[in-house]
Amino acid sequence: MTVAVAPDRHPLGPLENPGRVGGLMDVFRRRYLLKLLVRKELRVRYQGSPLGLAWSYVKPFVRFIMYFYIIGLLISHSLENRPLHIFSGMIVVSFFIDALTSGSKSVVKNKALVRKINLPREMFPVSSIMVSTYHLIPMYVILLLGCAVSGWNPDPMAFVAAIMAFVLVWVWGLATALLLSAWNVYFRDVTNVVDVIQTVITWTTPMIYPFGIVKEQLQGTHEFLYQLYLLSPLSNAVLLQNRAFWIPSTSDPKQAAAEELPAHMFERGAIFIVLAFLFLWFAQVTFARLEGRFAEKL
Amino acid sequence: MAESIVVRDVTKRFKLAKQRTIKKLVLNAVRRKPLSDSFTALRDISFTLEEGDSLALMGLNGSGKSTLLKLISGVMAPDDGEVLTRGRIAGLIEVGAGLHPDLTGRENVFLNGAILGMSENEIKRKFDSIVAFSEVERFLDTEVRQYSSGMFMRLAFATAVHTECDIFLIDEVLAVGDQPFRRKCLDRIEELRREGRTTVYVSHNPKQVLKMCKRGIVLKDGGMMFDGDALGAIDALGYRLDFDDDDDDGGSGDGGE
Repeated sequence: MTVAVAPDRHPLGPLENPGRVGGLMDVFRRRYLLKLLVRKELRVRYQGSPLGLAWSYVKPFVRFIMYFYIIGLLISHSLENRPLHIFSGMIVVSFFIDALTSGSKSVVKNKALVRKINLPREMFPVSSIMVSTYHLIPMYVILLLGCAVSGWNPDPMAFVAAIMAFVLVWVWGLATALLLSAWNVYFRDVTNVVDVIQTVITWTTPMIYPFGIVKEQLQGTHEFLYQLYLLSPLSNAVLLQNRAFWIPSTSDPKQAAAEELPAHMFERGAIFIVLAFLFLWFAQVTFARLEGRFAEKL
Repeated sequence: MAESIVVRDVTKRFKLAKQRTIKKLVLNAVRRKPLSDSFTALRDISFTLEEGDSLALMGLNGSGKSTLLKLISGVMAPDDGEVLTRGRIAGLIEVGAGLHPDLTGRENVFLNGAILGMSENEIKRKFDSIVAFSEVERFLDTEVRQYSSGMFMRLAFATAVHTECDIFLIDEVLAVGDQPFRRKCLDRIEELRREGRTTVYVSHNPKQVLKMCKRGIVLKDGGMMFDGDALGAIDALGYRLDFDDDDDDGGSGDGGE
């Protein structure tokens, strides 16, 4: 069918498929649009709510108080600087849940644009996770203030752990949000799936209770469950957060690390970061495949 | 002249899924009902437009015009065949989609411009011209939700017609606005055409079509019924030239799917 044509040297470039997808690269290429979408979302999210942005602080604050007092009553395992232990884990877990909750709805919520205008659809989950990231920044500030008053004395590995925890949870969150946002177009059950994930993550990460308990109860005796527990990327992120912010605040960091952290934590963290990027690649491929029918499914 | 839009053996089907729950899926499987209906919106469509061509896409409601336009703009992908385009595409298709009611007119010009593919510099350069075109200067810092529907559409239009492009798609949107504004839009489109853009115009209005397009394609039930000059297309469709519907675009929204 195709007749051999002279090489296309047209100033506007070759004929191409108008719906071609450059995926996340296209999002990066159009970062001005990304910036405006993020700014819009920040402006609009709390529109018509008197407390507005304060909700971003009230909700984690209440959760923190509950974890601290109620769970404090239940566990006998005494822990130095427990608030720091809870809060360091809580901020990455909250970020992840927020990324999933708003990210998974992002494409459906923007259906007016998705159905009518040709733009990289990855734009929506990405801008949504940028908004979550924006809300995460003040949490780190509060965490560092907490560190300061608790006698935080970080070693170099503490910073490594902090960066690893952030990268791990960010990439993992973006990948999951991409995947869920695309599935949500086809199956609106996804919102409920996120709720389930939230419950599972809340209770299977060493955030509201210390990892030492898990070690005591599971290691050796229920080795399978113990390994399963450590297979959650969020457990690894929370452990890295503990290593970064809580351990260096204790009076005997070496002993605290021995009691409250698993063996080979940094190696595990590194592996999970690699896995996160592989998962992101998978999520991108899946998104691109499902995207073909977004316009008609919405 | 080089090709600008190539549509080759394009077929587009829509699946009409009736059951979205597992319960219904199982029930229908047990009752041996078909699990989904398929509807062919476009069948074996082929045509090529050279740069600077102006095409009128005509047909009754539901004939597939809007679907074809969405395939050209890249919002949808064909099931069979291929659509190829060269250069940037812009158009007057659902122009209000990029506006957000909670943002001010000014913010919306930037957001909508970026959504339509403009760079920051491009928007800044054209900002005054966009605002002048839209005639909403006084309300630029008011939230768009407080705009009248006319103002809303004018702002959306103004941004859309200022997008730099090589292909311009128009989906019977010129029914909005008062006559002076409509006139302005038509003049602007005429200008784009004279400057050598390829234009595809979906319309029910024979007079407009004759004025704006050289070529006409008529779709019927998803197939090509006619491909020739604009006058021939109007004839083929049986539209009367002396039927005057106030110089505007007769049809309201098109039920393409």
